[in-house]
Amino acid sequence: MVNFLIGAGILACALLAVRENRLLIAALWLALTSALVSFLMYRLGAADVAVIELSVGAGLVTVLFVFAINIAGDVSLDPHAPIPQLLSWVAVILSVLLLAWMVLPALQLEQYLELFSAAGEPGGMLRSVLWGERSADLLMQMVLIFGGVLALVGLISGGKQEKDGEENHP
Amino acid sequence: MTFSTQNIVMVVIIGLLGIGLYGVLISRNLIKVVVGLQVAVKGAMIAFVLAGRLNGKVDLGQSMALTVIVADTIVAVVALALAVQVRRKFGTLDIKSLTTLRR
Repeated sequence: MVNFLIGAGILACALLAVRENRLLIAALWLALTSALVSFLMYRLGAADVAVIELSVGAGLVTVLFVFAINIAGDVSLDPHAPIPQLLSWVAVILSVLLLAWMVLPALQLEQYLELFSAAGEPGGMLRSVLWGERSADLLMQMVLIFGGVLALVGLISGGKQEKDGEENHP
Repeated sequence: MTFSTQNIVMVVIIGLLGIGLYGVLISRNLIKVVVGLQVAVKGAMIAFVLAGRLNGKVDLGQSMALTVIVADTIVAVVALALAVQVRRKFGTLDIKSLTTLRR
């Protein structure tokens, strides 16, 4: 029952975040979605990643959104979509149906559970899996983080230089 | 179909991916597009955790979800920085006004 309520809350908050025209309110709905998602993860037994999702998804990303909206300005555009409404609905319904079709056989997973548990090794600690089995992935994540930071610094300093250049040579 | 935890979570995953796609498709505002992407990625994140739980490898699922969180945050940072730069350069966040190739 609790999971059902959390799931309904997640979907409602996500829909409100997408439909809301004011950017700041949309960012707040997104933060609430993140908080509920982390609660659901905790209920699923993934406590470690739930904490990170709560701090990063609901905290850091929301701060970033508010910061960006503050700089760019909370402009609300008229709600006419760039592509026809009917086409977007058809695309969404088709993709959701495709996903459901792929997932539906998995809804009766009880019969496969024994198979999985027979084939799978007992799960180790998150630490050993992360550092032992996925060290290459982890290195790539570090490279990605540094790449992202460098791109951000490049973008910001590029804009600054351009502004300075315009001021010096009007 | 019973209301077991796994069925409810699967419906939430499909719903989040659908809502995220809908948000990306209908938004004209660059920042709203990023919001739609974030919603879709949250669905993928829960899917990893659920898959790990069903396979009895919760830690592997958590580890993959952590990767998604890292990538998702980088995407959000770079996309928001781009949106701010677009706003400074073109004076608008409307993606319809940014089609400079079309005359």
